[in-house]
Amino acid sequence: MKFRTRSIHVGAEPDPATGAVVPPIHTATTFIQPGAGEWGKFDYSRSGSPTRNQVEKTIASLEGGVGALLFSSGMAATHGAMMLLQSGDHIVAGSDIYGGTYRLLHKILSRSGIEVTLAPAHDIESFKAAFKPNTKMAWIETIGNPLMTIPDIRAIADFTHSRKGLLGIDNTFATPSLVRPLELGADIVMHSATKYLGGHSDCLSGALVVGDEQLFKDLYFTQNATGAVLGPFESFLLGRGIKTLDLRVKEQSRSAMQIARWLQKQPMVKRVLYPGLETHPGHELAKRQMGGGFGGMITFEIDGDLAATKRVCESTKIFGLAVSLGAVESLIEQPATMSHASYAIVDKVRFGITDGLIRLSIGLEDPEDLQNDLAQAIGT
Amino acid sequence: MQTDKIQESIPGTTPPLRVAGPSTQCVHAGEARQKMADAITDAICCSSTYTFESTKSVIDFIEQKQPREEYGRYGSPNEKVVERKLAALDNGEDAIVFASGMAAAVGLYMAKLNAGDEIVFFDQCYHRSREFCSKHLSRFGVVTRQVPTGDFNAMEAAITSKTKMLVSESPTNPHLTVIDLEQFAALGKEHKIETMIDATLASPYNIRPLDYGVDYVWHSCTKYLGGHNDLLAGSIVGSKEKLESVRNLRGIMGGINSAHNLYLLERGLKTFALRMERHNENGQAIADFLTNHPRIEHVYYPGLSSHPTHSVAKRTMRGFGGLITFLIKDADWRKTADVVDACRISRIGPSLGGVESLIEQPLVMSYFNYPPEQRAQFGIPDNMIRMACGIEDTQDLIDDLAQALDS
Repeated sequence: MKFRTRSIHVGAEPDPATGAVVPPIHTATTFIQPGAGEWGKFDYSRSGSPTRNQVEKTIASLEGGVGALLFSSGMAATHGAMMLLQSGDHIVAGSDIYGGTYRLLHKILSRSGIEVTLAPAHDIESFKAAFKPNTKMAWIETIGNPLMTIPDIRAIADFTHSRKGLLGIDNTFATPSLVRPLELGADIVMHSATKYLGGHSDCLSGALVVGDEQLFKDLYFTQNATGAVLGPFESFLLGRGIKTLDLRVKEQSRSAMQIARWLQKQPMVKRVLYPGLETHPGHELAKRQMGGGFGGMITFEIDGDLAATKRVCESTKIFGLAVSLGAVESLIEQPATMSHASYAIVDKVRFGITDGLIRLSIGLEDPEDLQNDLAQAIGT
Repeated sequence: MQTDKIQESIPGTTPPLRVAGPSTQCVHAGEARQKMADAITDAICCSSTYTFESTKSVIDFIEQKQPREEYGRYGSPNEKVVERKLAALDNGEDAIVFASGMAAAVGLYMAKLNAGDEIVFFDQCYHRSREFCSKHLSRFGVVTRQVPTGDFNAMEAAITSKTKMLVSESPTNPHLTVIDLEQFAALGKEHKIETMIDATLASPYNIRPLDYGVDYVWHSCTKYLGGHNDLLAGSIVGSKEKLESVRNLRGIMGGINSAHNLYLLERGLKTFALRMERHNENGQAIADFLTNHPRIEHVYYPGLSSHPTHSVAKRTMRGFGGLITFLIKDADWRKTADVVDACRISRIGPSLGGVESLIEQPLVMSYFNYPPEQRAQFGIPDNMIRMACGIEDTQDLIDDLAQALDS
């Protein structure tokens, strides 16, 4: 079965008890066991629940993994993966990553004696140079946030493996509809499923997918022991959203391409960061690594200071001013003060998260409506 | 092809940016720009009753000085959002949502018809619609006259001084006959009789009957509008004035929908335009595939030039939907059932319009207890299959049908 068919049918097999084409939502927290000390398929819903497991099966199939685990948020999923590390270990992470991941690395993992170095993942030599003898994990994003950089996943995976480390990759921006990092050698794929996978701005969720049975068991053990699992209602909404994932992402990619090209022509716009543009330094790599589109996220920089940027973000009429992304509704935000507010000022400067950056998440609206909205907000 | 004339502008924008495109409407129409708690999505408001601050606010409400909620049976915030969105998509002034498609039709009939009144309808239709009119409306003294689908002379001949409503589906189920809506609406206007179209199989993405002067559009929102096979809902769209009595009666009869369901419907509507494009693409591709298959005797699909109403369809519809009816060559009911049973992606089940493809044999699914002569009258042969294409990969669906036909 092809991707789109799997997104609808894998994990959503009809309920044998009723024939229901949409499996029921199982809210049970506990399950009756066959005998004392004898365990049925499900025991306690932190350890596994039918509704959550169905959606895990769908996501595993879409990413081409052996198994997936759903968490209560993207950050819980990231943390779930990073709990594989222990005191004394070192992690190399991309320099433009989600602000929340930056905060987890610098403010939480650091407390456990885990050391972090940030390096630009799109610059393979600098990234390699950041590895130390105790580096146990590399953490990158398929498309860097917010600078839309493109790392060479295969090259980083090979290098990380040569150092006996694991490569974790946040595939939130691209989704398996465009990139399947496990096929390129990554060990752990992480999703803030709140974004494109759910797709409707209405269920907070995270996912980990792996291609190795032992690694799956290790991650499952940690998840079960620490407990940040996804609830049944959110699992249902997530599964429902995934059924239109491919349709949405392809459409959002088409619209984003059109809008990125248009933004390039606006005199007020200094530069447009979109991997689909020939001017993007990672364009050739993106073309090789991605299939079917370049995603729905665009970052651009206006010729103006923090206040001028703020004004643009505050004057759209269709784009909502909000963090998050990947949903049917288009959103606009200013990374410097919103999604990447957690970055230390020195790192903002060092890695180019400037005040004039604006990040767009292209929704499902008519691209012409979105373009007109941006035109009036930028004041072209 | 119909024009993209959509009256509703983006809510909360003054002046309107421009007339919004259909996918923009799906995402934003009918919703407040700024919602409760500044949330981007509408809250699910489960309240059965709504409290008043003081006696004065009760009196203000009764005197219609202050529009607000009162009691769940009369309406709810989730319902209002969905109703505004549905009205916008059909280019109508108002919409009323019911617990199911049938509840919506019954709600309209009960509000508009009295003992002694008559209705005339085209005979190709959902068997439960026919059953309600002929078996149940008759108990209340309403006379139902059925005439051959698309035969406007017969429809006109059936009109009497007591006729109150002309009714049809378009496209019809399962033969997918497309009605000339201009002619249909004109016949009603000429005789001062209201007209109603069940446009469930087309959906407002493919056709908007109100644009042609039809008075009411009826949808089973369970199908394309909800789109995920996970909720039941029905709606009537039309003018505020004409729908007032329907809304009042619904408040008494109580066939309303629930907040959870309405939220799912609103969520489903966000991807409605996108899903319809895919349903249309899959429907056309599969109809083309079946047309050229040696085991197929006939294909009913309005997008095929062989369909008797293809030219009307082409003139009035944006696309032709995901429903296809076809006949297996030289097959009895059992051999036909073998094809249905051999499908691996399409599941056997009634309904249509969801992301999952469904397949069924009308003889078995809907007409099993009808005598052969009645099945012949309704045009339901033993070798008929109805497929409701979902939004799966087009090639997967074709491959699945191909192996089912070869087995």
